[in-house]
Amino acid sequence: MIPLSHFLTLGAILFTLSIAGIFLNRKNVIIILMCIELMLLAVNTNFIAFSYFLGDTAGQVFVFFILTVAAAEAAIGLAILVVLFRTRGTINVSDLDQLQG
Amino acid sequence: MDNLQLVAPEMFLLCAICVVLIGDLFVTENRKPLAYGLSQVALLVTLILTWWISPETGSVTAFGGSFIMDQMSVICKAWILVVSMGVFLYSRDFVNSHKITNGEYYTLALSGVLGMMIMVSSSSMLTLYLGLELLALSLYAMVALKRTDERSAEAAMKYFVLGALASGALLYGISMIYGATGSLHFDEIKSSLAVNGEGSTAAMFGLAFLVVGIAFKFGAAPFHMWVPDVYDGAPTSVALYISAAPKIAAFALAIRFLVDGLETAHNSWQGMLIVLSLLSIVLGNVIALAQVSIKRMLAYSTISHVGFILLGVLSGSSEGYSAAMFYAITYAFTSLGAFGVILAMDRQGVSVNLLTDLRGLFRRSPMYAFVMMLLLVSMTGVPPTVGFYAKLAVLSAAIKADLTWLAVIAVVFSVVGAFYYLRVIKYMFFDEPVEAAPVNAALDVHLGLAVNGAAILFFGLFPGLIMAACAAAFGL
Repeated sequence: MIPLSHFLTLGAILFTLSIAGIFLNRKNVIIILMCIELMLLAVNTNFIAFSYFLGDTAGQVFVFFILTVAAAEAAIGLAILVVLFRTRGTINVSDLDQLQG
Repeated sequence: MDNLQLVAPEMFLLCAICVVLIGDLFVTENRKPLAYGLSQVALLVTLILTWWISPETGSVTAFGGSFIMDQMSVICKAWILVVSMGVFLYSRDFVNSHKITNGEYYTLALSGVLGMMIMVSSSSMLTLYLGLELLALSLYAMVALKRTDERSAEAAMKYFVLGALASGALLYGISMIYGATGSLHFDEIKSSLAVNGEGSTAAMFGLAFLVVGIAFKFGAAPFHMWVPDVYDGAPTSVALYISAAPKIAAFALAIRFLVDGLETAHNSWQGMLIVLSLLSIVLGNVIALAQVSIKRMLAYSTISHVGFILLGVLSGSSEGYSAAMFYAITYAFTSLGAFGVILAMDRQGVSVNLLTDLRGLFRRSPMYAFVMMLLLVSMTGVPPTVGFYAKLAVLSAAIKADLTWLAVIAVVFSVVGAFYYLRVIKYMFFDEPVEAAPVNAALDVHLGLAVNGAAILFFGLFPGLIMAACAAAFGL
Protein backbone atom coordinates (compact mmCIF):
# COMPACT_ATOMS: atom_id res chain seq x y z
CA MET A 1 0.00 0.00 0.00
CA ILE A 2 1.17 3.52 -0.78
CA PRO A 3 1.99 5.36 2.47
CA LEU A 4 0.49 8.74 3.37
CA SER A 5 3.79 10.55 2.95
CA HIS A 6 3.83 9.79 -0.80
CA PHE A 7 0.48 11.49 -1.27
CA LEU A 8 1.58 14.47 0.76
CA THR A 9 4.79 14.77 -1.23
CA LEU A 10 2.78 14.72 -4.45
CA GLY A 11 0.49 17.42 -3.05
CA ALA A 12 3.47 19.54 -2.00
CA ILE A 13 5.14 19.17 -5.41
CA LEU A 14 1.97 20.16 -7.27
CA PHE A 15 1.44 23.11 -4.91
CA THR A 16 5.03 24.33 -5.37
CA LEU A 17 4.77 23.94 -9.14
CA SER A 18 1.63 26.04 -9.23
CA ILE A 19 3.12 28.82 -7.08
CA ALA A 20 6.27 28.81 -9.20
CA GLY A 21 4.07 28.96 -12.29
CA ILE A 22 2.25 32.04 -11.03
CA PHE A 23 5.40 33.95 -10.14
CA LEU A 24 7.74 32.89 -12.94
CA ASN A 25 5.25 33.17 -15.76
CA ARG A 26 5.63 36.49 -17.59
CA LYS A 27 3.68 35.70 -20.71
CA ASN A 28 0.05 34.80 -20.50
CA VAL A 29 -2.67 35.39 -17.94
CA ILE A 30 -4.40 32.14 -18.91
CA ILE A 31 -1.39 30.20 -17.65
CA ILE A 32 -1.87 31.90 -14.28
CA LEU A 33 -5.48 30.74 -14.21
CA MET A 34 -4.31 27.20 -14.97
CA CYS A 35 -1.81 27.41 -12.10
CA ILE A 36 -4.57 28.49 -9.72
CA GLU A 37 -6.60 25.43 -10.70
CA LEU A 38 -3.55 23.24 -10.19
CA MET A 39 -3.07 24.71 -6.73
CA LEU A 40 -6.61 23.82 -5.70
CA LEU A 41 -6.16 20.30 -7.07
CA ALA A 42 -2.98 19.90 -5.03
CA VAL A 43 -4.99 20.77 -1.93
CA ASN A 44 -7.65 18.26 -2.98
CA THR A 45 -5.01 15.52 -3.16
CA ASN A 46 -4.03 16.35 0.40
CA PHE A 47 -7.60 16.29 1.62
CA ILE A 48 -8.40 12.95 0.02
CA ALA A 49 -5.23 11.34 1.33
CA PHE A 50 -5.87 12.59 4.86
CA SER A 51 -9.52 11.65 4.67
CA TYR A 52 -8.66 8.10 3.61
CA PHE A 53 -5.96 7.57 6.21
CA LEU A 54 -8.00 9.14 9.04
CA GLY A 55 -11.10 7.16 8.10
CA ASP A 56 -13.10 10.39 8.20
CA THR A 57 -15.37 11.52 5.37
CA ALA A 58 -15.34 15.24 6.21
CA GLY A 59 -12.24 15.74 4.07
CA GLN A 60 -13.92 14.25 1.01
CA VAL A 61 -16.94 16.50 1.51
CA PHE A 62 -14.57 19.45 1.66
CA VAL A 63 -13.12 18.39 -1.71
CA PHE A 64 -16.55 18.63 -3.32
CA PHE A 65 -16.94 22.15 -2.02
CA ILE A 66 -13.48 23.11 -3.26
CA LEU A 67 -14.30 21.74 -6.71
CA THR A 68 -17.51 23.81 -6.80
CA VAL A 69 -15.78 26.97 -5.63
CA ALA A 70 -12.97 26.36 -8.14
CA ALA A 71 -15.52 26.26 -10.95
CA ALA A 72 -17.04 29.56 -9.81
CA GLU A 73 -13.59 31.04 -9.42
CA ALA A 74 -12.57 29.99 -12.93
CA ALA A 75 -15.76 31.53 -14.32
CA ILE A 76 -15.06 34.87 -12.65
CA GLY A 77 -11.39 34.74 -13.61
CA LEU A 78 -12.21 34.17 -17.25
CA ALA A 79 -14.88 36.88 -17.18
CA ILE A 80 -12.33 39.38 -15.87
CA LEU A 81 -9.91 38.15 -18.53
CA VAL A 82 -12.47 38.90 -21.24
CA VAL A 83 -13.03 42.41 -19.85
CA LEU A 84 -9.28 42.92 -19.74
CA PHE A 85 -8.82 41.77 -23.33
CA ARG A 86 -11.65 44.02 -24.53
CA THR A 87 -10.23 47.14 -22.94
CA ARG A 88 -6.52 46.49 -23.45
CA GLY A 89 -6.37 44.19 -26.45
CA THR A 90 -3.72 42.06 -24.76
CA ILE A 91 -3.48 39.46 -22.02
CA ASN A 92 0.26 39.67 -21.62
CA VAL A 93 1.28 39.68 -17.96
CA SER A 94 4.05 42.21 -18.56
CA ASP A 95 1.57 44.63 -20.14
CA LEU A 96 -0.38 44.94 -16.91
CA ASP A 97 1.63 47.87 -15.66
CA GLN A 98 -0.73 50.82 -15.31
CA LEU A 99 -1.01 50.33 -11.56
CA GLN A 100 2.24 49.92 -9.69
CA GLY A 101 1.90 48.35 -6.24
CA MET B 1 -32.60 26.35 19.22
CA ASP B 2 -33.73 25.19 15.86
CA ASN B 3 -31.09 25.07 13.11
CA LEU B 4 -33.04 27.10 10.61
CA GLN B 5 -34.08 29.68 13.15
CA LEU B 6 -30.42 30.46 13.89
CA VAL B 7 -29.58 31.16 10.27
CA ALA B 8 -32.75 33.19 9.69
CA PRO B 9 -30.84 36.47 9.02
CA GLU B 10 -28.61 34.78 6.44
CA MET B 11 -31.54 33.04 4.78
CA PHE B 12 -33.50 36.24 4.63
CA LEU B 13 -30.55 38.06 3.09
CA LEU B 14 -30.14 35.31 0.49
CA CYS B 15 -33.80 35.60 -0.49
CA ALA B 16 -33.46 39.39 -0.63
CA ILE B 17 -30.44 39.05 -2.96
CA CYS B 18 -32.54 36.94 -5.33
CA VAL B 19 -35.35 39.51 -5.18
CA VAL B 20 -32.96 42.39 -5.96
CA LEU B 21 -31.36 40.41 -8.80
CA ILE B 22 -34.62 39.41 -10.45
CA GLY B 23 -36.52 42.58 -9.54
CA ASP B 24 -33.89 44.65 -11.30
CA LEU B 25 -34.65 42.91 -14.59
CA PHE B 26 -38.22 44.08 -14.54
CA VAL B 27 -37.81 47.76 -13.73
CA THR B 28 -37.40 50.34 -16.43
CA GLU B 29 -34.34 52.52 -16.70
CA ASN B 30 -35.88 55.54 -14.94
CA ARG B 31 -37.08 53.52 -11.91
CA LYS B 32 -33.59 52.27 -11.03
CA PRO B 33 -33.59 53.49 -7.39
CA LEU B 34 -35.64 50.37 -6.67
CA ALA B 35 -32.53 48.20 -6.34
CA TYR B 36 -31.04 50.68 -3.89
CA GLY B 37 -34.20 50.89 -1.77
CA LEU B 38 -34.67 47.13 -1.68
CA SER B 39 -31.03 46.59 -0.64
CA GLN B 40 -31.28 49.07 2.23
CA VAL B 41 -34.51 47.48 3.46
CA ALA B 42 -32.92 44.04 3.17
CA LEU B 43 -29.94 45.10 5.29
CA LEU B 44 -32.21 46.73 7.88
CA VAL B 45 -34.44 43.66 8.23
CA THR B 46 -31.36 41.41 8.43
CA LEU B 47 -30.01 43.62 11.20
CA ILE B 48 -33.27 43.39 13.15
CA LEU B 49 -33.41 39.62 12.67
CA THR B 50 -29.81 39.29 13.88
CA TRP B 51 -30.58 41.13 17.10
CA TRP B 52 -33.84 39.30 17.53
CA ILE B 53 -32.39 35.78 17.47
CA SER B 54 -29.11 36.60 19.24
CA PRO B 55 -28.60 34.55 22.41
CA GLU B 56 -28.51 36.41 25.73
CA THR B 57 -25.27 34.84 26.86
CA GLY B 58 -22.92 32.11 25.74
CA SER B 59 -23.15 30.58 22.29
CA VAL B 60 -25.48 28.38 20.29
CA THR B 61 -24.37 26.15 17.42
CA ALA B 62 -26.31 24.77 14.48
CA PHE B 63 -25.80 22.31 11.62
CA GLY B 64 -23.71 19.82 13.57
CA GLY B 65 -21.44 22.51 14.98
CA SER B 66 -20.61 24.20 11.66
CA PHE B 67 -22.39 27.42 12.46
CA ILE B 68 -22.09 29.36 15.68
CA MET B 69 -23.95 32.31 17.11
CA ASP B 70 -22.01 33.91 19.95
CA GLN B 71 -21.51 37.43 21.26
CA MET B 72 -18.63 38.14 18.89
CA SER B 73 -20.55 37.05 15.82
CA VAL B 74 -23.62 39.09 16.78
CA ILE B 75 -21.62 42.29 17.34
CA CYS B 76 -19.51 41.82 14.21
CA LYS B 77 -22.58 41.08 12.09
CA ALA B 78 -24.45 44.08 13.45
CA TRP B 79 -21.55 46.39 12.59
CA ILE B 80 -21.00 44.81 9.19
CA LEU B 81 -24.65 45.49 8.39
CA VAL B 82 -24.62 49.05 9.71
CA VAL B 83 -21.40 49.88 7.86
CA SER B 84 -22.77 48.34 4.65
CA MET B 85 -25.87 50.50 4.91
CA GLY B 86 -23.56 53.51 5.05
CA VAL B 87 -21.62 52.17 2.05
CA PHE B 88 -24.81 51.90 -0.01
CA LEU B 89 -25.93 55.38 1.01
CA TYR B 90 -22.65 57.03 0.05
CA SER B 91 -22.16 55.10 -3.17
CA ARG B 92 -25.71 55.48 -4.53
CA ASP B 93 -25.19 58.71 -6.46
CA PHE B 94 -21.73 57.65 -7.65
CA VAL B 95 -23.14 54.40 -9.00
CA ASN B 96 -25.88 56.29 -10.83
CA SER B 97 -23.73 59.05 -12.28
CA HIS B 98 -20.89 56.78 -13.40
CA LYS B 99 -23.24 54.43 -15.24
CA ILE B 100 -22.33 51.37 -13.19
CA THR B 101 -25.11 48.85 -13.61
CA ASN B 102 -27.29 49.25 -10.56
CA GLY B 103 -28.68 45.76 -10.14
CA GLU B 104 -25.31 44.05 -10.41
CA TYR B 105 -23.65 46.44 -7.98
CA TYR B 106 -26.19 45.91 -5.22
CA THR B 107 -26.57 42.19 -5.84
CA LEU B 108 -22.82 41.61 -5.62
CA ALA B 109 -22.45 43.90 -2.61
CA LEU B 110 -25.23 42.07 -0.78
CA SER B 111 -23.65 38.68 -1.63
CA GLY B 112 -20.43 39.99 -0.15
CA VAL B 113 -22.30 40.96 3.02
CA LEU B 114 -23.81 37.47 3.17
CA GLY B 115 -20.32 35.99 2.80
CA MET B 116 -19.03 38.16 5.64
CA MET B 117 -21.93 37.12 7.88
CA ILE B 118 -21.21 33.45 7.23
CA MET B 119 -17.52 34.05 7.91
CA VAL B 120 -18.02 35.63 11.32
CA SER B 121 -20.52 32.96 12.32
CA SER B 122 -18.53 29.92 11.27
CA SER B 123 -17.26 27.34 13.70
CA SER B 124 -15.84 24.93 11.15
CA MET B 125 -13.11 25.50 8.57
CA LEU B 126 -15.53 24.50 5.79
CA THR B 127 -18.09 27.21 6.56
CA LEU B 128 -15.34 29.74 7.07
CA TYR B 129 -13.85 28.91 3.66
CA LEU B 130 -17.21 29.12 1.92
CA GLY B 131 -18.02 32.48 3.51
CA LEU B 132 -14.60 33.81 2.59
CA GLU B 133 -14.95 32.72 -1.03
CA LEU B 134 -18.44 34.19 -1.32
CA LEU B 135 -17.02 37.52 -0.19
CA ALA B 136 -13.90 37.28 -2.35
CA LEU B 137 -15.71 36.25 -5.55
CA SER B 138 -18.18 39.12 -5.15
CA LEU B 139 -15.32 41.55 -4.63
CA TYR B 140 -13.40 40.42 -7.74
CA ALA B 141 -16.48 41.00 -9.86
CA MET B 142 -17.23 44.36 -8.21
CA VAL B 143 -13.74 45.69 -8.91
CA ALA B 144 -14.25 44.91 -12.62
CA LEU B 145 -17.74 46.38 -12.67
CA LYS B 146 -16.76 49.46 -14.69
CA ARG B 147 -16.25 47.51 -17.85
CA THR B 148 -14.91 50.24 -20.09
CA ASP B 149 -12.17 51.30 -17.68
CA GLU B 150 -8.73 49.79 -18.34
CA ARG B 151 -7.44 50.42 -14.84
CA SER B 152 -10.47 48.80 -13.29
CA ALA B 153 -9.96 45.62 -15.32
CA GLU B 154 -6.28 45.49 -14.51
CA ALA B 155 -6.94 45.98 -10.79
CA ALA B 156 -9.55 43.21 -10.89
CA MET B 157 -7.11 40.82 -12.57
CA LYS B 158 -4.38 41.51 -10.04
CA TYR B 159 -6.81 41.22 -7.14
CA PHE B 160 -8.17 37.98 -8.55
CA VAL B 161 -4.79 36.31 -9.00
CA LEU B 162 -3.44 37.34 -5.59
CA GLY B 163 -6.74 36.56 -3.87
CA ALA B 164 -6.89 33.11 -5.43
CA LEU B 165 -3.28 32.53 -4.40
CA ALA B 166 -4.20 33.51 -0.82
CA SER B 167 -7.19 31.18 -0.84
CA GLY B 168 -4.93 28.41 -2.10
CA ALA B 169 -2.42 28.98 0.71
CA LEU B 170 -5.24 29.11 3.25
CA LEU B 171 -6.70 25.85 1.90
CA TYR B 172 -3.32 24.14 1.98
CA GLY B 173 -3.03 25.20 5.62
CA ILE B 174 -6.54 23.94 6.34
CA SER B 175 -5.73 20.56 4.79
CA MET B 176 -2.61 20.25 6.97
CA ILE B 177 -4.48 21.18 10.15
CA TYR B 178 -7.20 18.71 9.20
CA GLY B 179 -4.62 15.99 8.71
CA ALA B 180 -2.91 16.74 12.02
CA THR B 181 -6.04 16.97 14.14
CA GLY B 182 -8.56 14.86 12.22
CA SER B 183 -11.31 17.44 12.38
CA LEU B 184 -12.62 20.53 10.62
CA HIS B 185 -14.39 21.93 13.68
CA PHE B 186 -12.56 24.58 15.65
CA ASP B 187 -13.48 23.24 19.11
CA GLU B 188 -12.29 19.72 18.20
CA ILE B 189 -9.08 21.10 16.69
CA LYS B 190 -8.46 22.98 19.91
CA SER B 191 -8.99 19.97 22.15
CA SER B 192 -6.94 17.74 19.87
CA LEU B 193 -4.01 20.18 19.94
CA ALA B 194 -4.35 20.54 23.72
CA VAL B 195 -3.93 16.78 24.11
CA ASN B 196 -1.10 16.33 21.62
CA GLY B 197 0.65 19.53 22.59
CA GLU B 198 1.59 21.95 19.86
CA GLY B 199 4.45 19.73 18.78
CA SER B 200 2.81 18.25 15.71
CA THR B 201 4.93 19.32 12.73
CA ALA B 202 2.09 19.02 10.26
CA ALA B 203 -0.09 21.36 12.33
CA MET B 204 2.68 23.96 12.57
CA PHE B 205 3.38 23.63 8.84
CA GLY B 206 -0.31 24.23 8.21
CA LEU B 207 -0.36 27.16 10.62
CA ALA B 208 2.31 28.97 8.59
CA PHE B 209 0.16 28.70 5.44
CA LEU B 210 -2.92 29.80 7.36
CA VAL B 211 -1.16 32.93 8.58
CA VAL B 212 -0.03 33.74 5.02
CA GLY B 213 -3.61 33.36 3.81
CA ILE B 214 -4.99 35.53 6.60
CA ALA B 215 -2.35 38.21 5.99
CA PHE B 216 -3.23 38.31 2.28
CA LYS B 217 -6.93 38.71 3.04
CA PHE B 218 -6.19 41.43 5.61
CA GLY B 219 -3.79 43.20 3.29
CA ALA B 220 -0.95 43.13 5.82
CA ALA B 221 2.62 43.73 4.65
CA PRO B 222 4.49 41.92 3.06
CA PHE B 223 1.31 40.57 1.43
CA HIS B 224 -0.17 44.00 0.78
CA MET B 225 0.67 44.46 -2.93
CA TRP B 226 -2.95 44.24 -4.04
CA VAL B 227 -4.33 46.88 -1.66
CA PRO B 228 -3.10 50.10 -3.34
CA ASP B 229 -3.74 48.79 -6.85
CA VAL B 230 -7.28 47.74 -6.03
CA TYR B 231 -8.13 50.97 -4.18
CA ASP B 232 -6.69 52.99 -7.03
CA GLY B 233 -8.08 51.01 -9.96
CA ALA B 234 -11.51 50.08 -8.66
CA PRO B 235 -14.46 52.48 -8.92
CA THR B 236 -14.42 54.64 -5.76
CA SER B 237 -17.69 53.16 -4.51
CA VAL B 238 -16.13 49.69 -4.65
CA ALA B 239 -12.96 50.90 -2.92
CA LEU B 240 -15.25 52.25 -0.20
CA TYR B 241 -16.91 48.85 0.12
CA ILE B 242 -13.60 46.97 0.30
CA SER B 243 -12.09 49.36 2.83
CA ALA B 244 -14.94 49.17 5.33
CA ALA B 245 -16.86 46.05 6.33
CA PRO B 246 -14.40 43.36 5.04
CA LYS B 247 -11.90 44.59 7.67
CA ILE B 248 -14.31 43.46 10.41
CA ALA B 249 -14.77 40.15 8.60
CA ALA B 250 -11.00 39.71 8.24
CA PHE B 251 -10.66 40.27 11.98
CA ALA B 252 -13.25 37.55 12.60
CA LEU B 253 -11.35 35.28 10.18
CA ALA B 254 -8.17 35.71 12.20
CA ILE B 255 -9.95 35.16 15.53
CA ARG B 256 -11.80 32.05 14.36
CA PHE B 257 -8.64 30.40 13.05
CA LEU B 258 -6.04 31.56 15.52
CA VAL B 259 -8.01 31.82 18.75
CA ASP B 260 -10.99 29.48 18.42
CA GLY B 261 -8.96 26.82 16.62
CA LEU B 262 -5.26 27.19 17.35
CA GLU B 263 -5.06 29.08 20.62
CA THR B 264 -2.77 26.44 22.14
CA ALA B 265 -0.25 27.21 19.41
CA HIS B 266 -0.18 30.86 20.44
CA ASN B 267 3.59 30.89 20.88
CA SER B 268 4.04 29.80 17.28
CA TRP B 269 1.71 32.27 15.61
CA GLN B 270 2.62 35.21 17.81
CA GLY B 271 6.07 35.46 16.22
CA MET B 272 4.64 35.43 12.69
CA LEU B 273 2.07 38.08 13.55
CA ILE B 274 4.74 40.29 15.14
CA VAL B 275 6.61 40.34 11.82
CA LEU B 276 3.42 41.09 9.86
CA SER B 277 2.29 43.79 12.26
CA LEU B 278 5.68 45.47 12.41
CA LEU B 279 6.12 45.49 8.62
CA SER B 280 2.58 46.74 8.07
CA ILE B 281 2.92 49.64 10.48
CA VAL B 282 6.34 50.67 9.19
CA LEU B 283 5.78 50.17 5.44
CA GLY B 284 2.21 51.47 5.46
CA ASN B 285 3.08 54.73 7.16
CA VAL B 286 6.34 55.37 5.32
CA ILE B 287 5.07 54.66 1.80
CA ALA B 288 1.88 56.64 2.43
CA LEU B 289 4.08 59.72 2.85
CA ALA B 290 5.08 59.56 -0.79
CA GLN B 291 1.59 59.24 -2.26
CA VAL B 292 -0.07 61.96 -4.28
CA SER B 293 -3.28 60.08 -5.02
CA ILE B 294 -5.76 60.21 -2.19
CA LYS B 295 -7.03 56.69 -2.78
CA ARG B 296 -3.50 55.27 -2.71
CA MET B 297 -2.75 57.25 0.44
CA LEU B 298 -5.81 55.77 2.10
CA ALA B 299 -4.73 52.33 0.88
CA TYR B 300 -1.34 52.59 2.58
CA SER B 301 -3.00 54.06 5.64
CA THR B 302 -5.27 50.97 5.71
CA ILE B 303 -2.17 48.77 5.68
CA SER B 304 -0.80 50.53 8.73
CA HIS B 305 -4.14 50.25 10.55
CA VAL B 306 -4.23 46.54 9.77
CA GLY B 307 -0.87 46.36 11.54
CA PHE B 308 -2.55 47.77 14.64
CA ILE B 309 -5.41 45.26 14.47
CA LEU B 310 -2.84 42.45 14.25
CA LEU B 311 -0.99 44.00 17.19
CA GLY B 312 -4.10 43.49 19.31
CA VAL B 313 -4.62 39.92 18.10
CA LEU B 314 -1.01 38.87 18.70
CA SER B 315 -1.11 39.97 22.34
CA GLY B 316 -2.85 36.68 22.95
CA SER B 317 -5.09 37.89 25.78
CA SER B 318 -8.85 38.49 25.87
CA GLU B 319 -7.98 42.11 26.41
CA GLY B 320 -5.96 42.19 23.19
CA TYR B 321 -8.67 40.45 21.18
CA SER B 322 -11.36 42.84 22.37
CA ALA B 323 -9.07 45.83 21.68
CA ALA B 324 -8.45 44.52 18.15
CA MET B 325 -12.18 44.06 17.65
CA PHE B 326 -12.80 47.62 18.80
CA TYR B 327 -10.10 48.80 16.42
CA ALA B 328 -11.51 46.89 13.45
CA ILE B 329 -15.05 48.15 14.04
CA THR B 330 -14.10 51.78 14.57
CA TYR B 331 -11.65 51.72 11.65
CA ALA B 332 -14.38 50.43 9.34
CA PHE B 333 -16.52 53.33 10.49
CA THR B 334 -13.76 55.91 9.98
CA SER B 335 -12.75 54.62 6.56
CA LEU B 336 -16.41 54.65 5.55
CA GLY B 337 -16.61 58.35 6.30
CA ALA B 338 -13.34 59.24 4.57
CA PHE B 339 -14.38 57.56 1.33
CA GLY B 340 -17.86 59.00 1.83
CA VAL B 341 -16.48 62.54 1.63
CA ILE B 342 -14.44 61.66 -1.47
CA LEU B 343 -17.52 60.14 -3.12
CA ALA B 344 -19.67 63.15 -2.26
CA MET B 345 -17.08 65.43 -3.92
CA ASP B 346 -16.66 63.14 -6.90
CA ARG B 347 -20.10 63.48 -8.25
CA GLN B 348 -20.58 66.37 -10.60
CA GLY B 349 -18.27 64.96 -13.22
CA VAL B 350 -15.30 66.26 -11.21
CA SER B 351 -13.13 63.34 -10.28
CA VAL B 352 -11.25 63.46 -6.99
CA ASN B 353 -7.97 61.63 -7.41
CA LEU B 354 -5.16 63.75 -6.08
CA LEU B 355 -4.65 64.96 -2.54
CA THR B 356 -4.51 68.49 -3.94
CA ASP B 357 -8.08 68.13 -5.23
CA LEU B 358 -9.16 68.63 -1.63
CA ARG B 359 -7.63 72.11 -1.61
CA GLY B 360 -9.80 74.75 -0.03
CA LEU B 361 -12.60 72.38 0.84
CA PHE B 362 -13.25 74.47 3.93
CA ARG B 363 -14.09 77.53 1.82
CA ARG B 364 -16.33 75.47 -0.41
CA SER B 365 -18.22 73.35 2.12
CA PRO B 366 -17.19 73.82 5.75
CA MET B 367 -19.25 70.85 6.93
CA TYR B 368 -17.41 68.38 4.70
CA ALA B 369 -14.07 69.84 5.67
CA PHE B 370 -14.89 69.43 9.37
CA VAL B 371 -16.10 65.84 8.94
CA MET B 372 -13.00 64.95 6.90
CA MET B 373 -10.81 66.61 9.53
CA LEU B 374 -12.43 64.58 12.33
CA LEU B 375 -11.91 61.37 10.35
CA LEU B 376 -8.27 62.13 9.57
CA VAL B 377 -7.57 63.17 13.17
CA SER B 378 -9.17 59.91 14.31
CA MET B 379 -6.95 57.93 11.90
CA THR B 380 -3.93 59.72 13.33
CA GLY B 381 -5.05 58.76 16.83
CA VAL B 382 -5.51 62.12 18.51
CA PRO B 383 -7.94 62.50 21.43
CA PRO B 384 -10.87 63.04 21.79
CA THR B 385 -11.65 61.02 18.65
CA VAL B 386 -12.32 57.31 18.68
CA GLY B 387 -9.04 56.50 16.93
CA PHE B 388 -7.12 57.56 20.00
CA TYR B 389 -8.94 55.17 22.29
CA ALA B 390 -8.63 52.32 19.77
CA LYS B 391 -4.85 52.78 19.56
CA LEU B 392 -4.59 53.14 23.34
CA ALA B 393 -6.46 49.89 23.98
CA VAL B 394 -4.37 47.94 21.46
CA LEU B 395 -1.07 49.36 22.73
CA SER B 396 -1.88 48.72 26.38
CA ALA B 397 -2.72 45.09 25.52
CA ALA B 398 0.63 44.78 23.71
CA ILE B 399 2.51 46.24 26.67
CA LYS B 400 0.78 43.82 29.06
CA ALA B 401 1.97 41.01 26.80
CA ASP B 402 5.59 42.20 27.35
CA LEU B 403 5.88 43.61 23.85
CA THR B 404 6.77 47.14 24.90
CA TRP B 405 9.39 47.48 22.12
CA LEU B 406 6.74 46.73 19.51
CA ALA B 407 4.35 49.24 21.08
CA VAL B 408 7.09 51.90 21.00
CA ILE B 409 7.78 51.29 17.30
CA ALA B 410 4.05 51.43 16.58
CA VAL B 411 3.75 54.79 18.35
CA VAL B 412 6.80 56.24 16.59
CA PHE B 413 5.44 55.30 13.18
CA SER B 414 1.98 56.65 13.96
CA VAL B 415 3.70 59.96 14.58
CA VAL B 416 5.33 59.61 11.15
CA GLY B 417 1.84 58.87 9.82
CA ALA B 418 0.47 62.04 11.39
CA PHE B 419 2.37 63.98 8.72
CA TYR B 420 0.36 62.77 5.75
CA TYR B 421 -2.96 63.09 7.56
CA LEU B 422 -2.19 66.61 8.71
CA ARG B 423 -1.02 67.55 5.21
CA VAL B 424 -4.52 66.83 3.92
CA ILE B 425 -6.01 68.95 6.71
CA LYS B 426 -3.66 71.76 5.69
CA TYR B 427 -4.81 71.50 2.07
CA MET B 428 -8.43 71.62 3.16
CA PHE B 429 -8.23 74.55 5.54
CA PHE B 430 -5.35 76.80 4.53
CA ASP B 431 -5.08 76.54 0.75
CA GLU B 432 -7.08 78.42 -1.82
CA PRO B 433 -9.78 76.39 -3.57
CA VAL B 434 -9.32 75.68 -7.28
CA GLU B 435 -13.04 76.01 -7.86
CA ALA B 436 -15.53 77.84 -5.71
CA ALA B 437 -18.62 75.69 -6.18
CA PRO B 438 -19.71 74.07 -2.93
CA VAL B 439 -20.05 70.29 -2.75
CA ASN B 440 -23.67 69.57 -3.39
CA ALA B 441 -24.58 66.10 -2.27
CA ALA B 442 -28.03 64.74 -1.63
CA LEU B 443 -29.61 65.57 1.71
CA ASP B 444 -29.43 62.05 3.11
CA VAL B 445 -25.73 61.75 2.19
CA HIS B 446 -25.18 65.09 3.90
CA LEU B 447 -26.96 63.82 6.99
CA GLY B 448 -25.18 60.48 6.89
CA LEU B 449 -21.76 62.14 6.80
CA ALA B 450 -22.70 64.46 9.65
CA VAL B 451 -23.78 61.48 11.76
CA ASN B 452 -20.60 59.63 10.74
CA GLY B 453 -18.41 62.53 11.86
CA ALA B 454 -20.38 63.01 15.07
CA ALA B 455 -20.10 59.28 15.84
CA ILE B 456 -16.29 59.50 15.59
CA LEU B 457 -16.36 62.19 18.25
CA PHE B 458 -19.13 60.63 20.34
CA PHE B 459 -17.53 57.19 20.57
CA GLY B 460 -14.22 58.90 21.25
CA LEU B 461 -15.75 60.54 24.30
CA PHE B 462 -17.72 57.46 25.34
CA PRO B 463 -15.70 54.48 24.02
CA GLY B 464 -17.20 52.29 26.74
CA LEU B 465 -20.39 51.86 24.71
CA ILE B 466 -18.64 49.75 22.05
CA MET B 467 -15.77 48.57 24.24
CA ALA B 468 -18.11 46.93 26.79
CA ALA B 469 -19.69 44.85 24.02
CA CYS B 470 -16.26 43.89 22.62
CA ALA B 471 -15.03 42.93 26.08
CA ALA B 472 -18.16 40.87 26.73
CA ALA B 473 -17.56 39.00 23.46
CA PHE B 474 -14.29 37.68 24.86
CA GLY B 475 -15.56 37.00 28.36
CA LEU B 476 -14.05 40.02 30.10
